[in-house]
Amino acid sequence: MAKLNAASHKKVNRSVYGNAVIFVILFIFGMFTALPLWYTVVSAFKPFDEIFIFPPRLYVRRPTLDNFVLMFQLATNMWVPFSRYLFNSLFICVVGTVGHILIASLAAYPLAKHSFAAKKAINEIIVLALLFTPQVTYIPLYIVMSRLHLIDTYWALILPAWQMTLGLYLMKQFMTQIPDSLLEAGKIDGANELLIWWKIVMPNVKPAWLTLTILLFQQLWNQTGGSFIFSENLKVLPTLLQQIAAGGIARAGVGAAVALFLMIPPIILFIISQSSVMETMVSAGIKG
Amino acid sequence: MGLIEDIKKNKASYLMIAPYMLLFTIFTLIPVISSIFLSFTNYNMLQPPKWVGWANYIRLFLADKIFIKVLRNTFIFAFLTGPLSYFMSFILAWFISEFNPKIRAILTLIFYSPSLAGNVFFIWAFIFSGDAYGLINGWLMRLGILKEPINWLQDPNYVLWVIIIVQLWLSLGAGFLAFVAGFQNLDKELFEAGAIDGIKNRFQELFYITIPQMAPQLMFGAVMQIGASFGVSTVVIALGGLPTRQYSADTVVTYLIDYGTVRFEMGYASAIAVVLFIAMLLTNKVIAAILKRYSTE
Repeated sequence: MAKLNAASHKKVNRSVYGNAVIFVILFIFGMFTALPLWYTVVSAFKPFDEIFIFPPRLYVRRPTLDNFVLMFQLATNMWVPFSRYLFNSLFICVVGTVGHILIASLAAYPLAKHSFAAKKAINEIIVLALLFTPQVTYIPLYIVMSRLHLIDTYWALILPAWQMTLGLYLMKQFMTQIPDSLLEAGKIDGANELLIWWKIVMPNVKPAWLTLTILLFQQLWNQTGGSFIFSENLKVLPTLLQQIAAGGIARAGVGAAVALFLMIPPIILFIISQSSVMETMVSAGIKG
Repeated sequence: MGLIEDIKKNKASYLMIAPYMLLFTIFTLIPVISSIFLSFTNYNMLQPPKWVGWANYIRLFLADKIFIKVLRNTFIFAFLTGPLSYFMSFILAWFISEFNPKIRAILTLIFYSPSLAGNVFFIWAFIFSGDAYGLINGWLMRLGILKEPINWLQDPNYVLWVIIIVQLWLSLGAGFLAFVAGFQNLDKELFEAGAIDGIKNRFQELFYITIPQMAPQLMFGAVMQIGASFGVSTVVIALGGLPTRQYSADTVVTYLIDYGTVRFEMGYASAIAVVLFIAMLLTNKVIAAILKRYSTE
């Protein structure tokens, strides 16, 4: 398995000026990415009157939890309680992620380790499909969903996630690193392919599962359901954010509170699994 | 029949792939293929599609002035934010690679966090809010650069640029992670050999040693970037509306959503989608050809 070697060549040919320039550039880009997130955090804790201070401030003088209280109140006064949105989001994330990992790794194993006629064609289709953004097939996808009576069900969000190409691709790339001798040992012991997949391959690709969990959780957690979900009691948390954000600047504090609430889970998940994500990403390359 | 024999012989492999391929066929292949078919028809979802040949494409390129405008916007996004965020990902990953693992992990998290936070980009609506309480307006007025607040998101002169900034902010995704990982996995001996052979500074090291080794990651990053920059739409709709004022920041995808979900001209919308596919494929081919030249293999 690929080991991440800390670059030990860094002391060679390094000028002090170069290092200074690098620090400045990293600082500028760091500010660019971090400031809006920081502004979200600060706004979430701002009392009502501080939101309207001119000019707006990047810090909060009297932090308060009012926005979070208001968030729960606003959400309770809507058609369905806040807990329902939370349940919908969690249900879709968990079922979507677990299903994708199982289905994608089941398909990735033969694509990485077996040889058969359709393999090359399937691999090429998958690399090609990485290019497409799902929005492009939005209309025919809607037609397909409505024919299958999936509109306005959880499955309209879950099933497309099960076939996300990036997940299958990363899983397949990672599986090619498993030594063949390990698989042959299983075969000699009389295990069939399914058993080899479950008992030998899956435990060896733990970093890849964690990576797919991160990527899929992040995608499912952030999606709004678009025009596939109408029923208020099936809607997910980002929809709530949209409804609150539509209230404009007066609701900026509550909007920030919802946003903060939404951004914490994927960030925590990423912190936990960062080293696995990096280990998987080493093998992500496409040979041109 | 080679394939049927092959399926019989490798039954286990095909069975394991079947569930994934079934879903992939239903939710990706069929939509792509029906998009191509529908683009040659008139279809309003109520009556059956009526074959019209190339009429949709002719209308798209010759009669639809707005399409030319959204095409221009899309190319601005694709050829400005695309390469910019690609180089940004690469340069930041390169800089980060020199730090020790702990600091590297923190910096990776900081740069990747906008992607993780997803919908939080709506905070930019408050940063660029049109009144004096918006962060940018507030500070520019405080500094005396502006007298009156600018309505950033409604003024056709600015909205495209605001969306470019937000899109750049959001754009360090899977490609960036692949670059960071790629830099950690380079062959150390090559750097030592390079130093002996007279590599003078980090730029020479980058061009002669690093980039050729990272060609596969660079290709992966490019593929992910092409999809992202041609697909710009969520941010446009969330910040500028659907459509934006005078279509000043609309892209091919938002235009397609406009035709598909508001006007129900599915045939026309599908033709728009097909044009986008082709643009993505061509860009991919060009980038693959360029990267192949630098590859070590």
